[in-house]
Amino acid sequence: MSFLRIHALEKTYADGTRAVKGIDLDVHEGEFIVLLGPSGCGKTSTLRMVAGLEIATAGRIELDGADVTTRRPSQRDVGFVFQFYALYPHLNVEENVAFPLRSTGVRREEVMRRVQDVGRRVGLTGLEKRYPAQLSGGDKQRVALARAMVRRPRLYLMDEPLGSLDADRRLDMLEFIRVQQLESKVTTIYVTHDQHEAMSLADRIVVMSEGEIRQVGPPAQVYEHPRDLFVAKFVGSPGMNFVEGTIHALGRSTIFVPHHGDVVVPLPAAPVSGPATIGVRPEYVRADDAGSIAGEVVLEEYHGSHRYTHVKTPCGPIVMRSHSAHVVGEPVTLSFDKCSLHIFDRRTGQNRRYCHV
Amino acid sequence: MSKAFLRLSEVTKAFGAKVALAGVDLTLGEDELLIVLGPSGAGKTTLLRTIAGLEDPTSGVIEMAGADVRRRSPAERDVALVFQNFSLYPDWSAKKNIEFPLRAPGRKLDEKTIRDRVDWAADLLHIGHLLDRRANRLSGGEMQRVAIGRAIVRRPRLFLMDEPLSNLDAKLRELLRVELVNLRRQLGTPMIYVTHDQAEALSMGDRVVVLAGGRVLQTGTPAQIYERPDSPAVAKQVGIPRINIVAVTRQNGMYATAAGLPLLAVPVSHKVATGMLLGVRPEHVSLQGGEHPATIELVEDTGPAKVAAIWWGGERLHVLMEKNATGRPGDRVFPQLDPARVLFWASE
Repeated sequence: MSFLRIHALEKTYADGTRAVKGIDLDVHEGEFIVLLGPSGCGKTSTLRMVAGLEIATAGRIELDGADVTTRRPSQRDVGFVFQFYALYPHLNVEENVAFPLRSTGVRREEVMRRVQDVGRRVGLTGLEKRYPAQLSGGDKQRVALARAMVRRPRLYLMDEPLGSLDADRRLDMLEFIRVQQLESKVTTIYVTHDQHEAMSLADRIVVMSEGEIRQVGPPAQVYEHPRDLFVAKFVGSPGMNFVEGTIHALGRSTIFVPHHGDVVVPLPAAPVSGPATIGVRPEYVRADDAGSIAGEVVLEEYHGSHRYTHVKTPCGPIVMRSHSAHVVGEPVTLSFDKCSLHIFDRRTGQNRRYCHV
Repeated sequence: MSKAFLRLSEVTKAFGAKVALAGVDLTLGEDELLIVLGPSGAGKTTLLRTIAGLEDPTSGVIEMAGADVRRRSPAERDVALVFQNFSLYPDWSAKKNIEFPLRAPGRKLDEKTIRDRVDWAADLLHIGHLLDRRANRLSGGEMQRVAIGRAIVRRPRLFLMDEPLSNLDAKLRELLRVELVNLRRQLGTPMIYVTHDQAEALSMGDRVVVLAGGRVLQTGTPAQIYERPDSPAVAKQVGIPRINIVAVTRQNGMYATAAGLPLLAVPVSHKVATGMLLGVRPEHVSLQGGEHPATIELVEDTGPAKVAAIWWGGERLHVLMEKNATGRPGDRVFPQLDPARVLFWASE
């Protein structure tokens, strides 16, 4: 049975903006769910309705079997972390972190133990007696995170909690959140526009756009089997390569002919002929003397453990992930891993190979 | 490196008792993109402002094209700065923002020249269709393109970029990163680009200067910084997931962890070393073939690859795995380090 059930949830604001257009989502107890999408996709509105900070225009939210759609935030037993930390300015770090445990009946020694433990994990050791005004933005955000995680509510709700941290700190915090959640097993809903965070944290990713859910699935599934063009574009960095053209049946095989360039791309048996967009992730593009796409290296991005090579081809720019160096200006022939190609319907954007998963 | 355009020798900058730059040496080639990488507070912004002439160095020499520029005003140095915050005039159109530097009192350019220059910049930055739009109606990425347009339109001798992409969405950053490198190449103007983002540092720069506490820790190509970092501090600045660093001691011809786990044989060239810091990047650890067991704590799927966090002899290491690897939390594995890729530093 699902622990959190969202059913036909809608939010229309007073100005007529339809932020959430009737979404359904079932979350299991202990699950880490990431709502991923660009700004304006409805992810924050959804989170705020689950929190009770916004009241749904229509639909239901059930938590642990009880209808909480109209309950106040305080009656839902949820812990929040938002992008913009709100700390109590007159309390020091330790007192801020301990605040949610006040008047919960937890003994003082236990409170101190938990506060120190969570403080050590987020890296607040040495700052315990400081006041918020004496902290950097990153430190404040870590205090907010520690304060949310010192308690074990029924749900953690996080809205871009790492938004204001340095890249370096972010990595540590991502892991902290993940480890902490695995240990505490508190069901978590986390909102972000950063696909890297989503891939790192989620048991399941919910990809949203324009108030609707586009796809729900484990990170690997969303990444490898995007349901439509939107998901394919949004997930993955650098993004998937796309080529527009036409699918033809040729005897017993299927080929793809791009609109531009005198090139033929072999395809796995495709259900339909006609105009389509094919997509291939950079790691499924290879430099291959027997390949069909001739191009020229225009840029190489070194990333330490790998490189991204940008190739100009007659059918458009293609990015390839590789482990060997390529020289800018050199010719290169590419091939795509046939089994990892996606075929998107030109009109609907649906991935025609999605059903074959 | 091509001929040097900019040279800094022993540049220091103190604000009262606070030392922001503590003897910085740096050269920039005529056609080079130099990255300055460092955490917040490293002195990156002060360095740019000092080069631009917005701050006077406390001591040291700054030369451009062979001439000492310390007494020259920012305008005379002819450099263009682009900041993290887009700093456009919100009520002006994109066009008016871009042409603003061309209408500076000293310039006296005719209308046609101004129009040609704006069109040229708009073309390079793909913002031709936005020229009449008010700045406050533009998206973040469009604003930053306009800000860059304003910087290139007067064809300065040097570009100084202060984390220009850090306020943008991840997707847009990735796109503009590539555009900026290509744009700079087309213009052939040297650029110093300041960032705390290791991906930008490795992928964009011809060379990278790693700065911390107002000092240059190391200068080199991205590959040199990544593969042969001089110190743990430099090693930790680049690479995701971060490099594994383990304190080891010599025991019976092996380097072992504090908990006594032997990691690998002491290289023949190591004569007297007792305590060392061993560094190994996550892609140079494999999860099979070793002798001593470890446990997987976490597995993260990043898409093109997976990352495991493992506990091994009291140490926590990150390991990069193939995307189709099957390891799961709780699994027992037998890690092995690639001896050819392990780095050593004297322990502090």
